[in-house]
Amino acid sequence: MAQNISKPVKHHAAAEFSRPLRLSVTEDLRGFLAEKIGHGLLFLTTFVSVLAVMAIFYFVIQESLPFILKGGFRESILRVREFLTSTEWYPQKAENPHFGALAIIVGSLYVTICSLAIAVPIGVLAAIFLSDIAPFSVRQYCKPVIEILAAIPSVAYGVFAVMVVAPWLQNTLGFSTGTNALNASLILSIMALPTIISVAEDALSAVGREIREASYGLGATRAETTVKVVIPAAHSGIIAAVILGMMRAIGETMVVWMASGNSSRIPSPWWDLSQSVRTMTATIAGELGEVPKDTDHYHVLFAIGLLLLIFTFGLNMTSEFFMAKFKKRSRGL
Amino acid sequence: MKQMNLFILLVVVLTTANVMAAENLQINGSTTVGPIGDAFAEAFKDKASLTVSKTGSGDGAAALLEGRCDIAMMSRFMKEAEFKAAVEKGIMPVAHAVAMDGVCVVVHPSNPASALTSEQVKDIYMGKITNWKEVGGADMPIVVISRDTSSGTYETFEGLVMKKEKMADIVEYVNSNPQSHARVKSTVGAIGYVGLGFLDRNVKALKVDGIMPNRSTIAKGIYPVSRPLFLFTNGYPKPGSIVFQFCTFHLTEEGQEIIEDKGFVPVTAY
Repeated sequence: MAQNISKPVKHHAAAEFSRPLRLSVTEDLRGFLAEKIGHGLLFLTTFVSVLAVMAIFYFVIQESLPFILKGGFRESILRVREFLTSTEWYPQKAENPHFGALAIIVGSLYVTICSLAIAVPIGVLAAIFLSDIAPFSVRQYCKPVIEILAAIPSVAYGVFAVMVVAPWLQNTLGFSTGTNALNASLILSIMALPTIISVAEDALSAVGREIREASYGLGATRAETTVKVVIPAAHSGIIAAVILGMMRAIGETMVVWMASGNSSRIPSPWWDLSQSVRTMTATIAGELGEVPKDTDHYHVLFAIGLLLLIFTFGLNMTSEFFMAKFKKRSRGL
Repeated sequence: MKQMNLFILLVVVLTTANVMAAENLQINGSTTVGPIGDAFAEAFKDKASLTVSKTGSGDGAAALLEGRCDIAMMSRFMKEAEFKAAVEKGIMPVAHAVAMDGVCVVVHPSNPASALTSEQVKDIYMGKITNWKEVGGADMPIVVISRDTSSGTYETFEGLVMKKEKMADIVEYVNSNPQSHARVKSTVGAIGYVGLGFLDRNVKALKVDGIMPNRSTIAKGIYPVSRPLFLFTNGYPKPGSIVFQFCTFHLTEEGQEIIEDKGFVPVTAY
């Protein structure tokens, strides 16, 4: 075969293709079977992860439906309204329980946004430094170290939050409680940093050399090139980095369960980071373990899980959208 | 192949024989009593096969009524309605108090407060009292710490202190006794509660209604946040039976060690 190909094509073009490229089943049974089986196996392995996602959706919806649809239509509307608008979270009460998850939903968004407010500026600036300014030797060591940050188990962060950050907040900054929204946000921002830095750095590095050189050629300084050319060119990649960091923060469980204090209320005044908050993930992790099965409390925790799943699904879709846009753009389309 | 069949037959015969020899007991009920039930069952595993499911005191009572269990674990006495329903079904519930459970209210060692009434503790957890100066301490906001709502310790505290009232939304939740201890140890204005086994010099136990929590006051039942833990059986178990041995196991040295090990107080105070 190799010899055939290496022959000058123009003389024997017709002869080259007189032999069918693909043998029929009877001519090459083994090859046919190997292809089909290999194809099938690879499809199955890919399908397992797709199936896992579908199974998770199915079970979470199935387990949360008894809460949402309990009783008549009117009753279930009232329950869902209480779930989304009330801050009274007393699901374990035997008589007259309350299932108001608003404070918990707000708590999740609160620590997520606060952690992003810390992590995004630091992460994006660090990514710019690594991609455009740092010499190769610095970058060579910084990137792996930053990626180690992502590999530290979250319970280690949690212990650090309770044993180091909380006493520090109390003793140095004089907060009455150290496990609060600020503590959780600080730790979450550190955890979101590696994601933000590596995705943003990839996006910035992918901006073509010719674009930078064109900018320099027009007389722009390095700072002007970075701010006015490279960052706009990579903006959809940077947005995707921020969203991926957000998903990391909103889905994190162990750290917020240990560091946030778990008071189910909305901080008032709203900017007071020294107050305890409770997140959706921490509520599920803390209460699902011991809750009697098939009670309202059990099902309402799945309803929170469903809400969380919808949030992360939406965020994921948004980041996919920006990633796709970025890929198109970097191919020059 | 023949050998293989023989082997399978042997395995089947042996396992069925084993199951038939061991008595199969079902134990249902309270999550608070659960750890004791588990440890007792572990000690009995050679004599009988025991299944312990921790589904709550209410379900324990229901299971005994419906004949779903042989022994019901309960962290409270049976309610009148449950008792009546049982008697109507021809089941005579008999209580065996196996241990005492006490929950100690603790504060930071530097806190000058040393005694509270149970009413004051309740008001603190309801958010009515928010500063230590209101109960004779320093001018310092109170950081209120509770165990997670699904724990047995919470259940005890909630039942005995909060009565029917709700905890305020300022209450912080932690998910274990050691964490509760660690938070109180490191927070000057904190109040929390832990099982008796977790008291040490790093936290200060408060007198509640003038009574200091310790083994003696809890075993005697005079400390307000203490209660007996029960096993319920249908009628008094036949002496010598596995159920009898199980319900009297707390009187043995091994049983008492287990109870202390799980952070409870044996009913024999000496």
